[in-house]
Amino acid sequence: MDYRTVLTTCPYCGSGCGMYLPVLNGKLGEPIPAKTHPLSQGRLCIKGWSAHEHVASHDRLTKPLVKTGSGFKETTWDEALDLVVTRLLELRDRHGPDSLAFLVSAKCTNEENYLQQKLARAVFGTNNVDHCARL
Amino acid sequence: MAGLATAFGSGAMTNSIPEIEDAECILVTGSNTTENHPMIGSRILRAKEKGKKLIVVEPRRIHLAQFADIHARPRLGTDLAWINGLINIIFAEGWEDAEYIAARTEGVERLREKVAEYPPERVEAITGIDREMLHEMARLYATADRAAIVYAMGITQHTGGTDNVLALANLAMVTGNVGKRSAGVNPLRGQNNVQGACDMGGLPNVLTGYQSVTDPAVRKKFEQAWGLRSGLPAKPGLTVVEMANAAAEGAIKGMYVMAENPILSDPDANHTREALENLEFLVVQDIFLTETAQLADVVLPGSSFVERDGTVTSTDRSVQRMRKVIDPPGEARADWEIICEIARRCGGQGFRYASPGDVFAEMARLTPIYGGMSYERLENEWLRWPCRSADDPGTEFMHKDRFSRGKGVFTPVDYREPAEEPDEAYPFMLTTGRIMFHYHTGAQTRRSPSLEREVSENYVELNPQDAHGLGVHPGELIAVASRRGSIQVKAALTPTVPKGVVFIPFHFAESAANALTNRALDPVSKIPEFKVCAVSVARLVTL
Ligand code: SF4
Repeated sequence: MDYRTVLTTCPYCGSGCGMYLPVLNGKLGEPIPAKTHPLSQGRLCIKGWSAHEHVASHDRLTKPLVKTGSGFKETTWDEALDLVVTRLLELRDRHGPDSLAFLVSAKCTNEENYLQQKLARAVFGTNNVDHCARL
Repeated sequence: MAGLATAFGSGAMTNSIPEIEDAECILVTGSNTTENHPMIGSRILRAKEKGKKLIVVEPRRIHLAQFADIHARPRLGTDLAWINGLINIIFAEGWEDAEYIAARTEGVERLREKVAEYPPERVEAITGIDREMLHEMARLYATADRAAIVYAMGITQHTGGTDNVLALANLAMVTGNVGKRSAGVNPLRGQNNVQGACDMGGLPNVLTGYQSVTDPAVRKKFEQAWGLRSGLPAKPGLTVVEMANAAAEGAIKGMYVMAENPILSDPDANHTREALENLEFLVVQDIFLTETAQLADVVLPGSSFVERDGTVTSTDRSVQRMRKVIDPPGEARADWEIICEIARRCGGQGFRYASPGDVFAEMARLTPIYGGMSYERLENEWLRWPCRSADDPGTEFMHKDRFSRGKGVFTPVDYREPAEEPDEAYPFMLTTGRIMFHYHTGAQTRRSPSLEREVSENYVELNPQDAHGLGVHPGELIAVASRRGSIQVKAALTPTVPKGVVFIPFHFAESAANALTNRALDPVSKIPEFKVCAVSVARLVTL
């Protein structure tokens, strides 16, 4: 049996409540509020209590998809990434770096946001970087 | 953000969340705190329990309002008038903190002249707030030893949103309430890592830690650290709404969207959809096939919050760890790995990291306000930025002895009418927002059985008197239309909204509130005017 509880941060609002997530043999359980957490002090709101639920949703994407004439079809990572890279570079070379735009995300980590803006600026050469959070 | 950065030199929450409950007076405006930031809402209620004063300024009768000492209900979009009006009363009564103003700020004379144009009679005429109530608000706020302002998107999502924030900063500085414990000006961020996305340079004009792309020294530092042969771009880029406009016009041709759903979150959804459809190439990385992902040429399966390591920064600048608990499903991958692989395949240098901890270390070296942080320290310490060196304990409340920019600056600002006022064809004012049970565009929460059970359908809040006039029954499906689009939605009759105003949450794709809203932008922050637009309300069948 592999049972652990892992301390993490609620994925929903910006209050930053702390929670432990229990996991038994790879299956996620319900959040347990972190008692000593300075911000949430052992409490969560209804969104926090159900934070784990969407993770196991049947709607989760599990394979890269490419659009074809008859809708999406599953593909390999290699093919999907190859297409992304070819098309983005082609557009940049043909129309200049500012013909591309990148959205980072208020739902992603600092590390991911740092990398996404680094990709936009250092690799593609554009400052067209934003996210939906001013909204 | 832009407003606070102008006034103080930094756009984040000035104080920390735990301090709120010890403020002598809390002024909450444009934030339905108990619904949208429940744990911050409960700090405010705890302050109330300790006998502190609470002022709520909000057109809707939100949950927190019932516990307030004063609940003022201004007409939608008139915030600048009451804020200037309060400052005017404070000067007239001599309640300002003259010593603080002299030592720490500049530009007070021009502010004094400007707010003199907002005598109580005029403010009452514009806002509908009774002049005696206004006077009492000024007294409670200004005579408190430590007064905190808490606001959210109700203040910023207007064409005058930046001005509203500048006005709140003026109010706080006039009374000496910035740079001390349990006071300050505190914007609440809507999503788990909005603060971090901004801090990490996820904005068109700054690199990490608000270092400007127009500063050659900043660019040089990053070019060297990133090992670039060619220079970084110096011209600020486009904001998200400008990107959509540019895509519609054909100037933007390709887009890479990571875990965002602009079709539901941007104003004027039809326009956003057309813009994205007009792209030559769209790649979307997400955990669900969102409305935006459905338009993509390639969809990359990313990870949920329990499937990768990293950090997030809460609305009070606390940096916290997210930890990997399980593997992503199927072939889905951690988002940081996907980005690095794309970069490497494009020939990008410096995208080989062993773990997110390495990414964090590189970022911290380049970002003074995060400079003292590391994964090791985050294991044992509670750190809020600015945290500049390994022995810096971080910053609970900002601007203690001096502002980030040196002196705090007063910027006089004027009330302007909302970009769209009600008229004969569109006689109601629509305001949009979040509700307790869902999160942003609902991509995650609407797939959560317990949250979907609470509220599974969209609704429009309509005042019972208005409903009576229109012959609308509770629960009836009605049409709400603006100049940009129309939706069908169930009527919820409630005195929560004042007469002439309707409220629609924006989490629901099948009747998207943002099909109706206005793309008019605040000229500085480029935040669209979500909070006010003119609509018509009608029954589907007239019997
Ligand atoms: S538990 Fe509720 S209040 Fe806390 S961070 Fe999550 S959504 Fe926000």
